[in-house]
Amino acid sequence: MSTPSKSPVEKVDSVTIRFVGDSGDGMQLTGSEFTKASALAGNDLATFPDFPAEIRAPAGTLAGVSGYQVNFGCRDIYTPGDQPDVLVAMNPAALKTNLADLRPGGMLIVNNGAFTEQNLEKAQYKSNPLDDATLKKNYKVLSVDMNKLTEAALAGSGLSSKEIARCKNYFALGIMYWLYSRPIDHQIDNIRAKFAKKPELAEANAKVFKAGHAFGETSEIFHQQYIVPAAKLQAGTYRNVTGNQAVALGFATVAKLTGRQVFLGSYPITPATEILQEMAYFKDQGVVTYQAEDEIAGIGSAIGASFGGSLACTTTSGPGLALKSEMIGLALITELPLVIVNVQRGGPSTGMPTKTEQADLFIALFGRHGEAPLPVLAARSPSDCYYSAIEAMKIAVKWMTPVILLTDGYLGFGSEPFRIPEEGEVKGFDVKYQTTPNYSGQYMPYLRDDKLIRPWAIPGTAGLEHRVGGLEKDSLSGMVSYDGMNHEKMVKTRAQKVANVVEDVPDVEVDGAATGDLLLVSWGGTYGSVKSAANQLKTQGKKVSHVHLRWLNPLPRNLGAVLKSFKKILVPEVNNGQLAFYLRGSFPGVDPLQFNRINGKAIKVSELIGKVNEILG
Amino acid sequence: MSPTTTAPIPTYTKKDFESGVDPRWCPGCGDFSIINQVQKALPAVGVARENIVFVSGIGCSSRFPYYMNNYGMHTLHGRAPSFASGLKISRPELQVWVVTGDGDALAIGGNHFIHTMRRNLDIKMLMFNNRIYGLTKGQVSPTSELGKKTKTTPHGSPDYPFNAPALALGSGATFVARSIDIEGAHMGVVLKAAAEHKGSVFVEIFQNCPVFNDGAYLFLTEKAVKADAQLRMEAGKPLLFGKDNRKGIRFNTQTAELEVVTVGSNGVAEKDVLVHDPHRADPTIAFMLANLSDRAGFPTPIGIFRDVRKPTADEMTWEMIKAAKAKRGETSVRKFLSDAETWQVK
Repeated sequence: MSTPSKSPVEKVDSVTIRFVGDSGDGMQLTGSEFTKASALAGNDLATFPDFPAEIRAPAGTLAGVSGYQVNFGCRDIYTPGDQPDVLVAMNPAALKTNLADLRPGGMLIVNNGAFTEQNLEKAQYKSNPLDDATLKKNYKVLSVDMNKLTEAALAGSGLSSKEIARCKNYFALGIMYWLYSRPIDHQIDNIRAKFAKKPELAEANAKVFKAGHAFGETSEIFHQQYIVPAAKLQAGTYRNVTGNQAVALGFATVAKLTGRQVFLGSYPITPATEILQEMAYFKDQGVVTYQAEDEIAGIGSAIGASFGGSLACTTTSGPGLALKSEMIGLALITELPLVIVNVQRGGPSTGMPTKTEQADLFIALFGRHGEAPLPVLAARSPSDCYYSAIEAMKIAVKWMTPVILLTDGYLGFGSEPFRIPEEGEVKGFDVKYQTTPNYSGQYMPYLRDDKLIRPWAIPGTAGLEHRVGGLEKDSLSGMVSYDGMNHEKMVKTRAQKVANVVEDVPDVEVDGAATGDLLLVSWGGTYGSVKSAANQLKTQGKKVSHVHLRWLNPLPRNLGAVLKSFKKILVPEVNNGQLAFYLRGSFPGVDPLQFNRINGKAIKVSELIGKVNEILG
Repeated sequence: MSPTTTAPIPTYTKKDFESGVDPRWCPGCGDFSIINQVQKALPAVGVARENIVFVSGIGCSSRFPYYMNNYGMHTLHGRAPSFASGLKISRPELQVWVVTGDGDALAIGGNHFIHTMRRNLDIKMLMFNNRIYGLTKGQVSPTSELGKKTKTTPHGSPDYPFNAPALALGSGATFVARSIDIEGAHMGVVLKAAAEHKGSVFVEIFQNCPVFNDGAYLFLTEKAVKADAQLRMEAGKPLLFGKDNRKGIRFNTQTAELEVVTVGSNGVAEKDVLVHDPHRADPTIAFMLANLSDRAGFPTPIGIFRDVRKPTADEMTWEMIKAAKAKRGETSVRKFLSDAETWQVK
């Protein structure tokens, strides 16, 4: 138990902390443990990990720096934060690659024990930056030898020096617990649970964690503690989810609520792999997962399962979506339900696998040969990925069509508190199979209802045996047809069917006044940044409103009218202007201004506010 | 989810498996004979028509599902095994067949082919091997002979061909066989065994393309050469061939190779000839037999190389699902969403 501290405690609304160190320093763990403590303290929060594509780049180098950022507060938090208020840097390389992001006057907690000559050289420092007077002038620098203090805490433990070195992240965590007035007992329980199989490491880490906490309390370099009061969140039970976990949970929910098998055929690819990993744990809930031999087989198996009556999905990222294009066309022409989840990353080609981007809007909308429209929606936050997965599957099944769900690396890896819905709060949907002939005693697989939806008869149903395939089919029987007019009819019918999905697309809601000087239009993962910017601009008295698009195809019915109600439109995107281009084409006369960042990161709220102020003059 | 019929299976005739669509293959195509044998074999298989699915890729052979009165999918070039895999894993009670050709299975679909075999998924693949690209009108295929002149290899092919059964064996297939389009009775026996096998089935069917590669198998099927050119493999019987059945295949323990011997000469007795056993767990002998067709002076083996029962990927998947269900038991959405560190907000 910690004794009450004598240091003064300052109340703050929100704080952004970034933990950075070498890939092997355990920064992801430190960050996520601190996040859990913030969640338990009732803060709203958002997190984002930032790590290199290489699993272990050479230790101590600039390329090997791994980071984890968390923004927590007593008000609504929509992003992991623009600029850290606090930077915890475990070695020189981490300091070098992250210092520029630290807010001027922010707090720098640095492990000076790692600032050896060798590490300084690896980080390409000519001299020790900690000796630089300007550092102390610009930031509140708290320089601590965590290496030595960790060693001292574990003196006589019998652990090897390598094992001891690996405990130092818990020293940093202990300091942060003290600094932000977090109770330590729960974390000690966590450590014991985490290292249950190696009790000697559990004891060592717990000891180091307590030592870090005690150091914060007793050393005189920290002059005060902070407390971030609980946020006003909707009452309920909460957990943290990343976007990738949320997609998996969403699909598992579909299986449970519909009573139908959900089949995932997939192939590992950063940053989408976690969805497959998570779903593999839901075998007992009606989910079947299949790790195929490649991206094409991933979607191929899903279409095969869909033909068999499963609620099928496949998960991927940009390069995989490119490989799946031909298959998506097949699902589209056979009109079989399927959800393709694309966790976007930096492209083209291999691009930046661990960095986020929104540059797959075009491929989602247009990236197939032939006339091949399909419904496209995008999730806006990690927890929204849960509801988006359910919605995407519902639409796919109802309309007998493949649906693309776009998320991105920022959402997929980022986390936020997720209110667990009450029993019955999330509704299932009907899954109907054709069981009887539909046309004078015969089965016509392409005989449509008034919404142009075709029936779904599955193997095992006697009397309804039929064949589907990628060749153009007769508009009724589905048999191969090379008749030009039939083809034209089928192309138009398929397009009209997808256009009809608009009946399930809610009108966009304008956040703010219905008319004004400027409308911010966002889609997908930029929601948080744009929402935060809009809120701040409104409090500054600017006539700025915000519209967020969940549906990219079909577009909401009222969108054109909404766009035309503002003097100017600004579309912020993490790409080179794909939504802006799409809006120009979809609504002649509408010519949005663009704000594009393509640096692998979410848009910074402050930069966007700057851009809006520049436009408004 | 399964609406699969469990009612008694009707007595079928060949006609019950004909879709009524006239096949659009060239006159004299070997595919006619193959579909005829498949339709003849299915009534005896004991599976309801609606529980059988034919999946194909692209190529002449891949039109097959349209002519069968079962559920069918005509998919993408080379990709049929991936559809079949998803279908079989999600609906293990269905009988799933893949119909493919040498280009479809071994060129563009090579990756899916080897992985389907190594998983031992309960999928029955029939590969019609005409050693040419037919639908695109005569280009070299992965089974075309070295030196073959085609439209894309006017100076002869510089590529060694695949030996398809050897590839299937190397990939872990548990049932590997070969037959010939015009040998109807032989094909019928092989198809029946294929239908009854539980696990990955690969049947190569030598098929003549009368338009782009006519006579590709005359070296094997002409009356005058047939007896010496074909090695009929039958379980439990010595591997004998030749006009008077005096030639045999012997395993030479000195060289660890197969060799051709003549029973009754040089002191060779019938007991020295290798007895065919497709049920050997070790695929080595089957692999040696498969490779004979590439060796000068050896006959081409016809029949079942390997027929071994091993747990299939679909069986194991569903065993795991059963075990996982028994462990966690029924739960609710809220319960599994709460299976993490949670906290209350009031």
